Amino acid sequence: MNAPHPAGAWDTRRRGRQQRLERAAALGLARRVEAPRVGELLEAVIEPGDRVCLEGNNQKQADFLSETLADCSPERLHDLHMVQSVLALPSHVDLFERGIASKLDFSFSGPQGGRLARLVQDRQIEIGAIHTYLELFGRYFVDLTPNVCLIAAHAADAAGNLYTGPNTEDTPAIVEATAFKGGIVIAQVNELVDTLPRVDIPADWVDFYVVAPRPNYIEPLFTRDPAQITDVQVLMAMMALKGIYAEYGVKRLNHGIGFDTAAIELLLPTYATELGLKGKICTHWALNPHPTLIPAIESGCVESIHSFGSEVGMENYIPARSDVFFTGADGSMRSNRAFSQTAGLYACDMFIGSTLQMDLAGNSSTATLGRITGFGGAPNMGSDPHGRRHASPAWLKAGREAGGPNAIRGRKLVVQMVETFREHMAPVFVEELDAWKLQESMGMELPPIMIYGDDVTHIVTEEGIANLLLCRTPEEREQAIRGVAGFTPVGMARDRQMVEQLRQRGVIRRAEDLGIDPRRANRDLLAARSIKDLVRWSGGLYAPPARFRNW
Amino acid sequence: MEKLEFRFPAQPATPAAGAALCGVVGSGNLEILIRPGDEADACVVSVKTSARGFGRIWEAVIAEFAARHAAGGTRIAINDMGATPAVVSLRLGQALGEYTGGVQ
Repeated sequence: MNAPHPAGAWDTRRRGRQQRLERAAALGLARRVEAPRVGELLEAVIEPGDRVCLEGNNQKQADFLSETLADCSPERLHDLHMVQSVLALPSHVDLFERGIASKLDFSFSGPQGGRLARLVQDRQIEIGAIHTYLELFGRYFVDLTPNVCLIAAHAADAAGNLYTGPNTEDTPAIVEATAFKGGIVIAQVNELVDTLPRVDIPADWVDFYVVAPRPNYIEPLFTRDPAQITDVQVLMAMMALKGIYAEYGVKRLNHGIGFDTAAIELLLPTYATELGLKGKICTHWALNPHPTLIPAIESGCVESIHSFGSEVGMENYIPARSDVFFTGADGSMRSNRAFSQTAGLYACDMFIGSTLQMDLAGNSSTATLGRITGFGGAPNMGSDPHGRRHASPAWLKAGREAGGPNAIRGRKLVVQMVETFREHMAPVFVEELDAWKLQESMGMELPPIMIYGDDVTHIVTEEGIANLLLCRTPEEREQAIRGVAGFTPVGMARDRQMVEQLRQRGVIRRAEDLGIDPRRANRDLLAARSIKDLVRWSGGLYAPPARFRNW
Repeated sequence: MEKLEFRFPAQPATPAAGAALCGVVGSGNLEILIRPGDEADACVVSVKTSARGFGRIWEAVIAEFAARHAAGGTRIAINDMGATPAVVSLRLGQALGEYTGGVQ
């Protein structure tokens, strides 16, 4: 039998850590490192082949540390294995182009998806796997534990305690995995202060910190301008509210970040309240602080929101609504992606989001040819957790629709909301997802499917709602999907007789079946029709970023 | 610009107004005018569209509209600026709703 450790040596990681710290000390580098010397620090404490977690969140980015790492010498630092949730910045990809890093395990790549695909094809990068957030965080504590992590916080005090502010996001999960397994934690902060508003990360988990030359980059990822919501989206939102939210009494939920679900948020104080649903739906959320939820909060529709991260412009609004948001004694929000994802997986009864493509089994994907974008948290939210044991009316009703009155478990509602055509008349409903071609061209082990069809319970399009829980055969499921696929080639190829039968059984419900007058599907039904309306609803507390202001 | 003409059988509509106008001629949108037609059990539609080559989809959208709604006895004129089928179907429903006073 092979012993995993050399005889008598049980502390190689701790001693390795000590050697790294000694190399830094030999260069005269103390806990507080001056920005121009951070490159030296990284070359001293990182070793070739190390697993490095570069904190790239959805929003907050350790951009100074990332750029400094990318500028390190590939002779000194090479073959790094990057383990990070989001690959968002150009410098994240530069690491691979410059030969500093060679392997990547990640969750989401967003705007860098095209460059990432080219690197894979040119064999300049090896992708371990594309994960969901929770899956990657889990692996930080199992087999992808970082040797070094490079994180971002808002402020540090002289001792090295960190204040992450509202954008705590991934920081606790990363630091915990690194600091307690012999790793090195390096933080960039925007400012050094005498007394922190609160301590988010204690100093003895932090080895080095640097005041970055400029504040870390934060992307306003969750701001949707109500002015861009269309009448068709209002119609779909009305159908979703009446046909799903009301029917199941969905109180605990997560929304995607698209305009379709923003429309629902903006109908809560108007249409949903008119239907008598206030207090009966949408009271508890795992959600980023979406500005489009402000009117619902102000109208008393929302009791509680736990957030993955924050949102630019919501800094003053959130502390003023501390009954709703999770805030510290200092007043500002504490977000936490790992906990909020867990909430979305286990403690929510519904996920509703959008996708770029869906096939006839209900599998959906946002992958398109030539881009590797990943999934982020959608597969966590958009899956039925078999580990769930507590009941709720929505969960039980869904479970019984699928498994009959004696079902031994409930079902999470996983709703996909899409218009049948995207821009340039690209059909959302397709015979085969691009994900399969992408798998082939990239040599992946699995096609990058975001939400598996067997997890999807409902599909909402402008053509109506398909309830897949009520489908009893794969053929029924296929026709239910074709039946709401409208005038896409997939929709036109439907079996009209079977679709009509499904409609009679309530598997497919159109707007008229739900008693929705199309004349009301109008932007006038939105509680806010512009960013300025959101500012008004907030009593001036919401301060939108400049790019969303036209006044 | 492409011009298309369609005629589909449909259950007779009960007009509540002499005519109904819905939508605007703007990018991704369309304008629909419904007036009384000559045949009580047919819906006659003329389309002027800025997007060429979508005749089959127009035919399918309007056929579906005529099959699902009592839209007979109407003449429908459409000025389109590249609306998706979703927008076309919604505006047709809205215009017919105005024309019949909500009875469909």
